[in-house]
Amino acid sequence: MDKKKSNSNVVKFNRWGYIFLIPFFVTYIIFSLIPLFSTIYNSFFENYRSGLKQIGPNFVGINNYINLLSSPEIWKYLVNTLIMWVGGFIPQITIALLLAYWFSDPSLRLKGQRFFKTVIYMPNLIMASAFSMLFFALFSDSGPVNQILLSIGVIKEPFKFFQYVIASRVLVMLMNFLMWFGNTTILLMAGMLGIDSSLYEAAQVDGATASQVFFKITMPILRPIFTYVLITSLIGGLQMFDVPQILTNGRGNPTDSLTTVIMLLNRYLTSKDVGRGGALSVFLFVVTGILSLVVFRMNSSKDKD
Amino acid sequence: MKKKVLGLLLSTTMVAGMLSACGSSATTTETPAAETPAAETTTEAPAAETPAAETTTEAAAELPADEGKVLNISAWNEEFKSRLTDHYPGYEVVDGTTGKIGDVTVNWLITPNEENAYQNRLDELLLAQDSAAADDKVDLFLVEADYAVKYTDTDYTLSVKDLGLTDEDLKNQYTYTQDVVTDSNGVIKGTSWQGCPGVMIYNREVAKEVFGSDDPADIQPLFSDWDKFYESAGKLDAAGYDVISSTADTFRVYQNNASLPWVDGTKIQVDDNLKKWVEDSKKLADAGYCNTWGQWGEDWSKGFYPEGKVFAYFGPAWLIDFSMAKDVEGSIASQGGWAATEGPQGFYWGGTWICAAAGTDNANLVADIMRKMTCDADIMKDIVLKDNDFVNNRPVMEELANDPSYANEVLGGQNPLKMFCAGADKIDMANLTAYDQGLLGDFQTAMGDYINGNYATYDEALEQFYTLALQRYPELTR
Amino acid sequence: MENQAAAKTHGLPIGARRTIAYIVLVFFSFLCLIWFYILLINSTRSHSEMTLGFTIVPSTHLLDNWSSLINGTIPIARGFANSLTVSICTSVLCVYFSAMTAYAINTYRFKGREAIAAFILAIMMIPGQVTALGFLQLINRMKLDDSLIPLIIPAIASPVTYFYLKQYMESNLPLSLVEAARIDGSGEFRTFNTIIIPLIKPAISVQMIFSFVGSWNNYFTPALILHTDTKKTLPVMIAQLRGADWLRFDMGQIYIMIAASIFPVIVIYLILSKYIVGGVSAGAVKG
Repeated sequence: MDKKKSNSNVVKFNRWGYIFLIPFFVTYIIFSLIPLFSTIYNSFFENYRSGLKQIGPNFVGINNYINLLSSPEIWKYLVNTLIMWVGGFIPQITIALLLAYWFSDPSLRLKGQRFFKTVIYMPNLIMASAFSMLFFALFSDSGPVNQILLSIGVIKEPFKFFQYVIASRVLVMLMNFLMWFGNTTILLMAGMLGIDSSLYEAAQVDGATASQVFFKITMPILRPIFTYVLITSLIGGLQMFDVPQILTNGRGNPTDSLTTVIMLLNRYLTSKDVGRGGALSVFLFVVTGILSLVVFRMNSSKDKD
Repeated sequence: MKKKVLGLLLSTTMVAGMLSACGSSATTTETPAAETPAAETTTEAPAAETPAAETTTEAAAELPADEGKVLNISAWNEEFKSRLTDHYPGYEVVDGTTGKIGDVTVNWLITPNEENAYQNRLDELLLAQDSAAADDKVDLFLVEADYAVKYTDTDYTLSVKDLGLTDEDLKNQYTYTQDVVTDSNGVIKGTSWQGCPGVMIYNREVAKEVFGSDDPADIQPLFSDWDKFYESAGKLDAAGYDVISSTADTFRVYQNNASLPWVDGTKIQVDDNLKKWVEDSKKLADAGYCNTWGQWGEDWSKGFYPEGKVFAYFGPAWLIDFSMAKDVEGSIASQGGWAATEGPQGFYWGGTWICAAAGTDNANLVADIMRKMTCDADIMKDIVLKDNDFVNNRPVMEELANDPSYANEVLGGQNPLKMFCAGADKIDMANLTAYDQGLLGDFQTAMGDYINGNYATYDEALEQFYTLALQRYPELTR
Repeated sequence: MENQAAAKTHGLPIGARRTIAYIVLVFFSFLCLIWFYILLINSTRSHSEMTLGFTIVPSTHLLDNWSSLINGTIPIARGFANSLTVSICTSVLCVYFSAMTAYAINTYRFKGREAIAAFILAIMMIPGQVTALGFLQLINRMKLDDSLIPLIIPAIASPVTYFYLKQYMESNLPLSLVEAARIDGSGEFRTFNTIIIPLIKPAISVQMIFSFVGSWNNYFTPALILHTDTKKTLPVMIAQLRGADWLRFDMGQIYIMIAASIFPVIVIYLILSKYIVGGVSAGAVKG
């Protein structure tokens, strides 16, 4: 399809394409590709510190992988990660759909849309570490949230948020929800505004209710963008780190139930356990790789359209 | 002039000594380092012995003879910084993280202790010591008893004798403080200014209200063992007070009275006394006699104020002075509202040891800091009088213990030093391993969840402890 | 008439729906803002005031808290400077070189173009964490540990920014313009710098903001790389508060430090919100 455009004049210039790609690829190869290969390489060795003594590197084949995948920890942390992701994602996508639908519904004519959009998108830009530190201070036993609840008489004794698995997880979900629902709303809204308004008009003429319009027209058209949001959010969810790390000071308390996979990776990285850290990295690489492939297929098929 | 030449000469011998120590550490990083220092120190010792005698008379006047312009001190909190600021002659504060001694800049590398972060950082610094630029080399670092072995049993730390500290200098220190930093070959690799026998520190007002007296002689019998402790906790609860702020407060008491070390060979062991801590704590928490939050947090320290409604904390002298908010208006400490008694069992908690890093370019200064802060009776006495710390100097402590004019204001004028002195003599450090800090942290994390009711059984929590421990130390077994 | 009747029989009347929508919107806006409100109030209160309970009105200790933070043991001013340095450098490098990459793919028809474009698309979603281990080893070997450089340079290769800019160029950059420039005798590099960059300014500014904010908020990598207090960026310092011995700080100090790291971004956001929110949806339409 490009051949029509290309003439000898342009061909001469096309080598510039390679030159312009040099910075990207040099940087990518040095700072991502080489590290990726050395990570994979390291995953086949036993290599850690015992005190100040270096143990290894000793080649151990796929032992690190066997140990990693046969230990219950990794699965527990994966489940923790998924629970906290799902718990944030379901309300996030539901509320986002609802708000996006309202924002883009011409018959509602909501006022102050810009204000609301500005407000709900804001938490997305907040430093996650500061946000979780803030939540830690706000929800501590003698923090403002407990003070407020006590003073209005909802509770008689401070509620110990960080001693209960469910309460702590809900806090993480709440933060994830707050940080992402505005973003999702705006993404979905962009998709909805692209829907031909004559479809809605036709539906109204036929006497469809709001919910019928939503489920019969809006949802099917939104499906691609919806899937996109789902998968990218899942990939993002697997990287969940800042919030539970800082909220629990890296321990994932209570009962290790807030520990995410990346927190385990961080434990290995800070204690210089290169072998086990490598195996975990490769595992994560494979999992996100498969998920990325889905997004990639969606993007490239869109490209060809 | 002559003096100066001598000083210079001295410093070159020192540096040569350091360099050889440095070189050998570079070649031996891969082999278990424990074996090498023996040979090294024996060959080194005679060379170092001669200047040692001189340094005692010389160093004080000849400080700037060191090569380094920057003295890097690695620590996990501000305690030693404030001691050095207040008591080391000639220390000037520059800003939050730097100071000056003469024309040497003192650079504080402070990494909080949480989750072994301090050790991880220190490991990095020490392992990079050979290749680091002169101004970036660590000169002096602090360690705790929980992991001192990890550093003293390597040649990353210098023998204090090589630095010129003599037996004469060290003779007044409590032996246990030297045991902690003595390597497997019997060489002393560090020194401390403080001793940390612990006591039970209780709130006088509450004692009067609930038990009718705030006299330690009346209170001690009520808390003389764990059963009585529990019984009295019930009385306090009935009056609306928590006996301690958190179950974590008594952990050190049980842990110090354990008979097994945490690790035997590579096997992790859990002493029965620790299990008893878990059971007793569970009982206390379930009965609502105390809370379970982590130490050092905002909630934990509420009891430093009357509104916190906490009867007692367990701690050594540094807790009383350094941590109990005595400078904050309205705190119990500021009103002298605390008193000290032995409590159910003797224990120690904490303590900070000063180690000289191999490769330092400020050996004279490091040696002088060690000598002044940990051996000089006048300075140490000053520390007791100004900061109420328990210093590592037996004659000083015994003199003050019997000095009727010494009174601790935080403790309402009580002189607790006799109690501390008796405690210091009983401390036994035989059970230390290099893994203590990580393991006891993981144990408390896992058991804290059991005490909070997040695990149904002790065994479940124990399982979690092993999981965490093996994650942290792959070389250990269960 | 017929429409209204249908709406009434089959669903809620429009007025009721609108009211519900407003209630829900106000509720979620409240949920987004309340934390920052509490933060703002508590940064103005002293430690002892805070132990007494929460109040709706601010107190007068904002400056006291600020000065105790500035004079405290955390070199917060350095943290600001470090964060600014990293974020500004990162966003400039990221956007400039991403534009260059996008321009190369968009404008030139060279051999392997499709494959390269597909490759960049494929690596777009791979998170940095999976290569962190090798990355740390690499920068240790390069002696860049405990330095800001490894936080900045890798931004040159930012597939996501590239992707957005490429999409933008596809619909907003007529190739005829490039050809016109060539006829005028402009070199390729000059054309890119003086004609293309100004043309895609709207997209560039949006991406710069995102890149700046992303870098400003980044915690994982800086926490592994930066060790010296005076080199740390703000998120690392904040995280350190969590592990620090809280007896050394009063709560006023903690709140003001959180506020100091959050509010600059909020202020920038409020000024630029039109572009930012627009940028998000533009990315969605085209992405």
